[in-house]
Amino acid sequence: MDVREKLAILADAAKYDASCASSGSKGTRQGSKLGSTEGMGICHSYTPDGRCVSLLKILLTNYCIYDCQYCVNRISSDTPRARFSVDEVVSLTLEFYRRNYIEGLFLSSGIIQNSNYTMEQLTLVAKKLREEHQFGGYIHLKTIPNADPELIQEAGLWADRLSVNIELPTENDLHQLAPEKKKPEIVQSMSGIREKIDEFKADRKEGFKAPRFAPAGQSTQMIVGATPTSDQEILETATELYTGQNLRRVYYSAYSPIPHADARLPAQSPPLVREHRLYQADWLMRFYGFSSEEIVTEDDRNLALDIDPKLAWALANRHFFPVDVNRASREELLRVPGMGVRSVDRILQVRRYRQLRSEDLKKLRVAWKRTRVFVQTADRNPGLLNLEKLNLRQQLRPQKQLLLFDAAASATTGEV
Amino acid sequence: MPLHAVETFEEWRVAARELIATGVPAEDVSWTASSQSLFSAQSPSSTQTSGTKNFSVPPEFIERARVVACHQDQGRWELLYRILWRLTHGERHLLKDSADDDITRFQRMHKAVTRDVHKMKAFVRFRKVVVDEGEQFIAWHRPDHRIVRLAAPFFARRFPTMNWTILTPEESVTWDQQDLKFGPGVPASEAPEGDVLEDLWKTYYVSTFNPARIKIKAMKKEMPVRHWPTMPETALIPEMLEQAGQRVTQMMNSREGFDTTAASFFPDEMTWENVAAAASACRACHLHEHATQTVFGTGATNAGIVLVGEQPGDREDIEGEPFVGPAGQLLDEALENAKIDRTTVYITNVVKHFKFTEKGKRRLHQKPNAREISACRPWLEAELEILKPSALVLLGATAAQALLGRDFRITRQRGQIVKSEWCDRTVATWHPAAILRMPDEVRRRQMTEDLILDLATVHGR
Repeated sequence: MDVREKLAILADAAKYDASCASSGSKGTRQGSKLGSTEGMGICHSYTPDGRCVSLLKILLTNYCIYDCQYCVNRISSDTPRARFSVDEVVSLTLEFYRRNYIEGLFLSSGIIQNSNYTMEQLTLVAKKLREEHQFGGYIHLKTIPNADPELIQEAGLWADRLSVNIELPTENDLHQLAPEKKKPEIVQSMSGIREKIDEFKADRKEGFKAPRFAPAGQSTQMIVGATPTSDQEILETATELYTGQNLRRVYYSAYSPIPHADARLPAQSPPLVREHRLYQADWLMRFYGFSSEEIVTEDDRNLALDIDPKLAWALANRHFFPVDVNRASREELLRVPGMGVRSVDRILQVRRYRQLRSEDLKKLRVAWKRTRVFVQTADRNPGLLNLEKLNLRQQLRPQKQLLLFDAAASATTGEV
Repeated sequence: MPLHAVETFEEWRVAARELIATGVPAEDVSWTASSQSLFSAQSPSSTQTSGTKNFSVPPEFIERARVVACHQDQGRWELLYRILWRLTHGERHLLKDSADDDITRFQRMHKAVTRDVHKMKAFVRFRKVVVDEGEQFIAWHRPDHRIVRLAAPFFARRFPTMNWTILTPEESVTWDQQDLKFGPGVPASEAPEGDVLEDLWKTYYVSTFNPARIKIKAMKKEMPVRHWPTMPETALIPEMLEQAGQRVTQMMNSREGFDTTAASFFPDEMTWENVAAAASACRACHLHEHATQTVFGTGATNAGIVLVGEQPGDREDIEGEPFVGPAGQLLDEALENAKIDRTTVYITNVVKHFKFTEKGKRRLHQKPNAREISACRPWLEAELEILKPSALVLLGATAAQALLGRDFRITRQRGQIVKSEWCDRTVATWHPAAILRMPDEVRRRQMTEDLILDLATVHGR
């Protein structure tokens, strides 16, 4: 089998992992001869599924000893199999990088032989890129739960980011669809990485020249829509991971029907709008001061699909409004629908010099159609009259219900 | 009215400094962007007056103005000068007033240029050309603004050890591993033809696309169509979209596999008797097709000690009871030696049906695969849930790995008492059949002793 055929199989097998970020690494590694990481990630291309192509995202092999039902690579699937050699991955990464196709490599793998062996192989790729080729681009390694801590430690020396997939939102979901994976083990792997990262930071703070350890932190992914678990539970799990494990990012991947899937999984199209709403809610929890307990306002413990979660919260908490844009605190302003972090920061700056009127807010590019219902300005804002109207939700709901097929770019960025 | 012809930010800066110093208000100055204009820029020295008064502006302004200066908008010099005038005439905080019309425009232009630079970093596609001096990487790119000078240092940092050139319609830049050299613009026809790597890149692009999700608007928003001609992978997009529907249908149709695990056969009330009866009708995997019967666990249901093997063998399959063949005999002896009465223990297997290949008249044991194990495992879990053993003995690697994880190594971890999900005192030891298969007599004896010891230890407390 030639490299092209392997690439087709092993990129196809890796595509269900939603994470593609190449951000978060501060400063290029010293001594690099090819490649840089300057903090901000770059998306080098986009595929028609709306996802960005930033890293060469492949599996080392899709042979696997496990039988996880949601996974295309499970042992009982008759999907075509392939295995890259370490050198093939190294060379592909370098050649793609030199042509500016990619920011770096995101390498994962099916489990072959055992966890340790698999982890060793992944680490070897990263080590070769760094040591033999002085590669300074981005490397994201998937860590294999249960691999020895020393192996994870070494992976962290070469990689910018490490991740362990939580796979499914709850223990019960895991039990149902991935009986061989156990949440405590996965979480334990995450804590192991977190401890190493903390250790590194502490050493640096004390002035020791500790070797870099996963400077872009760790992330994880969970599949949503494969089980009936509610958004509330999903977001609680995410909160637990953000606070408990200090994760940089939790990715939500709408369950896609996979070839050779177990018939017990739903065969419908992936719930893209739901995925989009989860990213929005996640964003609100991380940057807008919302908590997982308050953000789901619907009775069925799922996020509303027809309107964004911030608007849904505002409609359910109308007593909180109107917010006076000329007096309110940053925290209060952040809760106003249609205003993002940047608009809020600009408002705080501008209002030191002038009283903000409705016109000014429009210039600051807030989503005025939504915002006008919730804010008090220096002039008379007639939009406020609608605040108590019962049909407000219908009024503010986006007109197009086309959303299903085109949940906008924020599905990937999560920006509200 | 003086007309100032400036092309670069530095030229504007010199001229503007002079104008401010001599107190010329914004409405009295005209700017033109072309140096080919009949009026040449006034040389700074010509209007230099001795009484120039010093002034300063926030460094943020210079930094951002340098970016805005690359914008295509003809009105940029005028805007920059008007903001400069206002900054130095009583409105020092102007930059912070995002609601001001000039600042709104300034910010918008800044954003447009920054975005263009970002897209250039992303969408430049080098093609490798081998020339006499070695490898050259050449790209042709069409930015929206005049940003080559803004973006070039990034490429120098990223590709320090490559010789590369980026061509654009208005400017070009070359890096020789030491310096950046800027040159004139070049038409697209000058760009190199192709690169063998592009085939692999396209293969990757197609393979990483998930046809079950289509978001064309999102794609076009982030990757504007005007950049597509210089990005080889985009040639495939129409075809990919055309085939997407069909591929999804195919994906859904090729759903396969076992639609059930043992859990689908569970009785309403989970008593041992009910579970055992339900298991006899299990069809969660295909093993039931050839096996004689389900071989469920037997023994004392209040036993306290539970032994788990791999799967029934030939004799067990016929008799319907676990461990009644030669391996069972060895186990009986071992139990006796460990001073454990077999009637006081419960014995079962991970897989409840016999798996075999036929060779002549003999049925040869075959190891169950991961699929069969995970289909059958709920029976074992139900047994353990009901029995709540005080000691759990896992006989052989299959049982150990099924319950303790795939990384369990019987050769290394045999005999260690560990806490598992089902029992605080769990131990893995040799499977009696593995002992029987051991050709070396000494080793066989040793393994038998291990087995006895492990049984006695876990039982003994």
